[in-house]
Amino acid sequence: MKFSLTWLKDHLETAASAAEIAAALNSIGIEVEGLEDPAETLSGFRVAKVLTAAPHPDADKLQVLTVDTGEGAPLQVVCGAPNARAGMKGVLGLPGAVVPANGMELRKSAIRGVESNGMMCSVRELELGDEHDGIIELPEDAPVGESFAAYHGASPVFDVAITPNRPDCMGVYGIARDLAAAGLGTLKPIELLPFAEAGDCPVEIRTDDPEGCPAFYGRVIRGVTNGASPAWLQQRLLSAGQRPISLLVDLTNYLMLGYGRPAHAYDLARLSGAVVARRAKDGEQVLALNEKTYTLDAGMTVIADNNGVHDIAGIMGGEHSGCSEKTTDVLLEIAYFDPDRIGATGRKLGLTSDARTRFERGVDPAFLGEGLDLLTGLIVDLAGGTATAKVEAGAPPGDARVVEFDPGLTARIGGVVVDDAEQQRILASLDFTVDASSAPWRVTTPLRRHDIEGAADLVEEVVRIHGLDKVESVPLDQIDGVARPTATADQQVERKLRRAAAASGLNEAITWSFISEAEAQAAGGGRWVLDNPISEDMKVMRPSLLPGLLSAVRRNLDRGADSLRLFEIGRRYLDDGEHPSLAFVLAGNKVARNWQSGKASVFDAFDAKALVLSLLEAAGAPVANLMVMGEAGEFYHPGQSATLRLGPKNRLASFGAIHPSTLRAFDIDVPVMAGGIHLDALPQKKGGGGFARAAYSPPALQSVKRDFAFLVPSDLASGELLRAVKGADKANIVDARVFDVFAGQGVPEGHKSVALEVTLQPGEKSYKDDELKAISEKVVASAARLGAELRG
Amino acid sequence: MDELNNRTQTAVAAIEAAATHDALDTLRVEALGKQGWVSQLMKTLGKMTPEERQEKAPQIQGARTAIADAIDARKAALDAAELERKLATETIDLTLPAPQLPKGSVHPVSQVMDELAEIFADLGFAVNTGPEIEDDWHNFTALNMPESHPARAMHDTFYFPDHDADGRRMLLRTHTSPVQIRTMVAEGAPVRIIAPGRVYRSDSDATHTPMFHQVEGLVIDKGIHLGHLKWTLETFLKAFFEREDIVLRLRPSYFPFTEPSVEVDVGFEVVDGRRVLGGSGDAPGHAWMELLGSGVVNRRVIEFAGLDPDEWQGFAFGVGVDRLAMLKYGMDDLRAFFDGDRRWLDHYGFSPFDQPTLSAGVGAKA
Repeated sequence: MKFSLTWLKDHLETAASAAEIAAALNSIGIEVEGLEDPAETLSGFRVAKVLTAAPHPDADKLQVLTVDTGEGAPLQVVCGAPNARAGMKGVLGLPGAVVPANGMELRKSAIRGVESNGMMCSVRELELGDEHDGIIELPEDAPVGESFAAYHGASPVFDVAITPNRPDCMGVYGIARDLAAAGLGTLKPIELLPFAEAGDCPVEIRTDDPEGCPAFYGRVIRGVTNGASPAWLQQRLLSAGQRPISLLVDLTNYLMLGYGRPAHAYDLARLSGAVVARRAKDGEQVLALNEKTYTLDAGMTVIADNNGVHDIAGIMGGEHSGCSEKTTDVLLEIAYFDPDRIGATGRKLGLTSDARTRFERGVDPAFLGEGLDLLTGLIVDLAGGTATAKVEAGAPPGDARVVEFDPGLTARIGGVVVDDAEQQRILASLDFTVDASSAPWRVTTPLRRHDIEGAADLVEEVVRIHGLDKVESVPLDQIDGVARPTATADQQVERKLRRAAAASGLNEAITWSFISEAEAQAAGGGRWVLDNPISEDMKVMRPSLLPGLLSAVRRNLDRGADSLRLFEIGRRYLDDGEHPSLAFVLAGNKVARNWQSGKASVFDAFDAKALVLSLLEAAGAPVANLMVMGEAGEFYHPGQSATLRLGPKNRLASFGAIHPSTLRAFDIDVPVMAGGIHLDALPQKKGGGGFARAAYSPPALQSVKRDFAFLVPSDLASGELLRAVKGADKANIVDARVFDVFAGQGVPEGHKSVALEVTLQPGEKSYKDDELKAISEKVVASAARLGAELRG
Repeated sequence: MDELNNRTQTAVAAIEAAATHDALDTLRVEALGKQGWVSQLMKTLGKMTPEERQEKAPQIQGARTAIADAIDARKAALDAAELERKLATETIDLTLPAPQLPKGSVHPVSQVMDELAEIFADLGFAVNTGPEIEDDWHNFTALNMPESHPARAMHDTFYFPDHDADGRRMLLRTHTSPVQIRTMVAEGAPVRIIAPGRVYRSDSDATHTPMFHQVEGLVIDKGIHLGHLKWTLETFLKAFFEREDIVLRLRPSYFPFTEPSVEVDVGFEVVDGRRVLGGSGDAPGHAWMELLGSGVVNRRVIEFAGLDPDEWQGFAFGVGVDRLAMLKYGMDDLRAFFDGDRRWLDHYGFSPFDQPTLSAGVGAKA
């Protein structure tokens, strides 16, 4: 919300500077997002009069204007605004001026072949507001040639953010009241201009929807002259970023921006019969002031007459009955609408407006009659006319909330001691009525403070006006001695894995939790699909981390990378919940082209296997007991992937080469290996309690190595042979390694040769020949059970 | 006597001049071999009288030793020369590159989360987590944001069509605050936790991404007030940025789940085009920047979580983890955090051995 210092001073008697006021606003909870001095930003823009306007010879939508700048010969200016016309006054930016909205410096130029010596500006271009419907129109009496900054009031403009709990500060007057409470000056009383009431209101006004519209006040003013607003009014609206439109419209806006009080003025000539607040009928339509048609339903409150809906209550007026230049008789509406219903209607229609923002947060229920009289006085004063008596249909909520308040609470939750008298003063200055004769105090809340629900809210009022900077830091209680460990076992495993993966040469990435439907499908399908995704690429919660990593691989390849090692630790989102996981990808070159071999080498599935195993080991998994099984999923190459399980159903990890079709779907043309670990499937490490390791002393005698070469069927998994050999004599065999696998010449068809190096560890005494022979026989026998035959 | 000397000197000279091992061996045999002249002389000693032997023996032994030493020395010299010749042929170009060992990295968000865990552990805070796919009760209602609350609309929430067993609408959590509720419900009071994690808003531009990271802080105990909040935030930020001159400005604000609510600004100055935290925002050349939201936990939230608000009170705060990372380590584009660009990860990522510790300072220097 924006307003000028001049406007603020209409309501606040103060000698404080703009900077002091800004600091005070921040300290009381009205955040200053900007403080601009238009005298600086608007230098180079001046009040100018359009003398002639003719169509541009080469462009339908452009006009060629001659503009009086108040000195020298009129300038020729090309302008695209539909409202540019001879006789109007507006704001001209001269060459050299910088347009505040875009930082562009204006220059003498040719637009479609016609010379242009400046720019007629819109409200948005001068950053006075969002409107861009046309150029600014200044009143007749605006002095041509005057600097626009000076004309505009050249008063510093505050841009403040009002939190949703403070609709009472959504008007300059309310802000002035808060500042006065904080000691920044004296609040001036609202000045009501006197007017005479002549006769009763000729229009029947009533509310048939007391829930949605508990109160509907109104009156008619006859014989008004609607024209341009006077300069003071225009200046205030412009400082708030509103384009002045016409006196009647401007005054209702002024009431809203100045006093937080939305109002509506209907052109009486467009109304017929009683004007009633009622529920809309299902399917009823209205053309709103934004020139869009809305279809209403029975949950929405509207203002209607015999002919139909004229106002989406509290949100936006209807186009049909709005005031125009020709309006002479007006019906004013000041109502109280139920905040929840306004919010629901606005959300359903997708319609926002300044009025909705205020009504849905709650306007002041005690400012209906006075608001109406204030508006009436201003209209009669500026537009003339004769007011009728006021009609008050229904009544706004009038029960003030009484809060029991122990002033000691301020110290207990606010952490600052404020003496009782000062607390009382602060609350009174904000219009709370404090009965301090009882304990606890009984504090009556002003009706406009919908946000005050309990004692803690009063603490906030006291502390924010007293000053949060007066709250002293107080240390939390700390335990004796060194801080105790807090990380859970899961957190420790995750931290260890992350650093183990990075130490293995992988770069940690973080990719989106949501992926496209097609990507989710490739990974087995996603369970959680967003109703309102930001794009189709970010629609389904990932069932796997691999699609996100593959997309990252593709982006990297597109940027010229040829070797990638990426990992991510994050959640997979499945039907039964969220599962912490680690996944990695190894893409492209394992070793870059180099002078030793002359060529690059790529990753293979064993690189993925090695990584998975070393990470599992880092995570404390019993790596030696894992079974290598199939069914890694469709994402992977069916013949070059596997799962690692602890028991047939307990799948800890998978790894392998990514399926070529998957790679094609991700537009990747290098081989990619991958692996994944289900962190929540890892068994908890045994002996979590103690630090001491199992007792151990290295054997005194040297170990012995023996080689065996077996002829086995081609389809026998080498791992099985290895397991059989290792298990042949557990007392003596401590390790076995495959050091050669060969098929072809010298090996019978359907077979392969697998050579193993077996490590034997003697105990107290060295092996004798017959002992070694016995162990070898056990190895051969154990292998034979798998169909393996010792080669000669 | 002179003859022996002369002969010895001649032999030593020949040995020192020997060009090859073969020539050296020939000279050795000539002198020290079985038939060599020194060996022959040694044999004469047996036939001498004791007096004669006493005189001659040292001379002959001396000649033998001199020749043997000369042979050993020459042999070593020939060996050394030979090795030198061999090594000269083995020279390699060590300016050629060595095989590159892959260098991994830890993502800045993870690094900062580890730093936060380390700092807050010292203050007695544990780390808690909660689901990212939340229900609207935990994300809004229990945080004092009923259905019609304008603040709900301000959250740009991602919704799922699903409802849970209690008919609650499922959504992606818009903040880490639901973990407050889950912690209080599950663990009761007192509570000291931080809850870092992913959060989601349907918002996307240069400074907003639809997914980002927050860390929530929650203290519930007896007699906890705004002063404790201020101390905790000051202590945390000084430890995190490792600067004693961090200055906070507390501003009253509004969050439905806290009352009073406090927005926290931190003073900074721009150095070489970058924001550097430190000093008062009111000091010359400095300004304030909004950093985090916080406040005293609203009674209603404590009630919703099943605790007695007359017995327990506390404070909560929330801050962007990505934002903290950017301010500390100098990244300027949030979108790059989630792109997985290897060059960016290499540049801004951390060594796995930069494990944050209090003794070394939690931060990793550039």
